[in-house]
Amino acid sequence: MTMVLKQIKTLLEISQSREIMRRYFVVNGFDGALTMLGLIMGFYVSDYVELAIVITTCLAAALALGMSGISSAYISEAAERRRTLMELEKAMVTSLDESHHARAAIWIPWLVALVNGLAPLLFALIIISPLWLAHSGMVLALEPLLIAMLVALSIIFLLGVFLGRIGGTFWLWSGLQSLAVASATVGLIYLIA
Amino acid sequence: MSSVKRLVLDVLKPHQPNTLDFARAVASLGEDYQVDIHVLEVDEKTETVQVIIEGSNLDFELISSAIDENGASLHSIDEVSVAGK
Repeated sequence: MTMVLKQIKTLLEISQSREIMRRYFVVNGFDGALTMLGLIMGFYVSDYVELAIVITTCLAAALALGMSGISSAYISEAAERRRTLMELEKAMVTSLDESHHARAAIWIPWLVALVNGLAPLLFALIIISPLWLAHSGMVLALEPLLIAMLVALSIIFLLGVFLGRIGGTFWLWSGLQSLAVASATVGLIYLIA
Repeated sequence: MSSVKRLVLDVLKPHQPNTLDFARAVASLGEDYQVDIHVLEVDEKTETVQVIIEGSNLDFELISSAIDENGASLHSIDEVSVAGK
């Protein structure tokens, strides 16, 4: 296990993929959270909808986001990594088949794809969790849809805070910026409804 | 049985791993390996470096495969220091 982690660390360093993965995590995580927020808001302002239908719809959307994230990131990253490897081989005037670079060209697209796909799926599942709890009979302090929306807004705020810390800007400001985007989305859905 | 005490290698390497990580990778091959690297030339995607390795008994095969594994290419062995039995 330690060897595998060490190997992954080496591949990430050689391919300089940490930043890309972090960006994918935030961008697609934000996508997932905002999509769930929009969906749940849509149900909230609609006439009565059964909780089971809300859960199924949100889960289907979360899975679709996950699959889309994995497949799109893998296809684009694999192509980019192959091209980078070919250019490096040309510059080195030798084959790099036995090197970390070749291994990175194979494995990094999978890692990036997993991060890109799992981030929205993970956030979506966290957001849906109050709906599951309510559906399984747990009594919640507020309406389950309202709690789910609050969870989504919290996640979006935290993603903003995370970005602020990376960028070295004031964490509260970047958190509030993200929250403003989410609030605008909620407002628009409310107006349409 | 002779033992290799010092090697000076001319190596072409990609920018990644950087010189420090490359030196660490070579130095980790033996307990008493000391590695010095001088960057001789930097191009767009590659750099030519002179790698000086010292130790009580250097394993050239191991060093050579570590160089390959890190995407680098051994151009020449410029100096060797070998001690007899």
